[in-house]
Amino acid sequence: MAGPIVYRTRRNVLHMAALAAATSVIAPSLSKADSKAVEAEIKKLYDGKAMSEGRIKLDVPQIAENGLVVPITVDVESPMTEQNYVKAVHVYADGNPLPGVLTFRFSPLSGRASASTRMRLAQTQNIVAVAEMSDGSLFTTKAEVKVTIGGCGG
Amino acid sequence: MSTRPTPRVRVPGNIKAGDVVEVKTLISHEMESGQRRGQDGKPIPRKIINRFTATFNGKPVFDADWHAAISANPYQSFFFKPSENGELKMVWKDDDGAEYTATSRITVS
Repeated sequence: MAGPIVYRTRRNVLHMAALAAATSVIAPSLSKADSKAVEAEIKKLYDGKAMSEGRIKLDVPQIAENGLVVPITVDVESPMTEQNYVKAVHVYADGNPLPGVLTFRFSPLSGRASASTRMRLAQTQNIVAVAEMSDGSLFTTKAEVKVTIGGCGG
Repeated sequence: MSTRPTPRVRVPGNIKAGDVVEVKTLISHEMESGQRRGQDGKPIPRKIINRFTATFNGKPVFDADWHAAISANPYQSFFFKPSENGELKMVWKDDDGAEYTATSRITVS
């Protein structure tokens, strides 16, 4: 008995092409960061220094339909004077191929330690932000974003 | 996409001394992450804008390091507290060494 016959219809060919394209897009995302990689990145910068919760707010959607364009806003409470301001904010994603997302650096001229951009997320994951104040103290926060369609293939 | 990236910047008008204003920027750029593979299965090399800097009369206001996770046609907004008239200069630095610049005249009343 012969096996099942697959007719090379136009539709079949198109399906196969689509499948091939999909796998080539997904394949690179197999290597990905995890929460340990994020911790390692933070340790590289601050060498395990104690971090407090609070003062930093991470504004990300709870559910992102399109992982290619996920809005992100960080906002840190600070008077933003020459003596007391937010030096930097680092943002990491623990389920992307690479953990680093961005670093913002502020100055007293910023007036307010807040900034927004858009990021790509490969899958549902945690976003971790660390803020460094001008006196050297660190604050951190975390938020989960559920991603419906991953943004790895671009 | 081989057209030269074009920055767009929006600064609110009518600024009073002591105001904190929000500056919004957008630049056209494919932000190729280096994580994708082409039709031939080979990785497509990374080409992103990796740094954004804003200075006012030469003094730093805000800057950002962008990694591969930043979306195509990157948007960036930040806050700024001008206390004098001057020039707000924004520079985007590409992986290939190119720099794209935009400037805005700031007048405070």
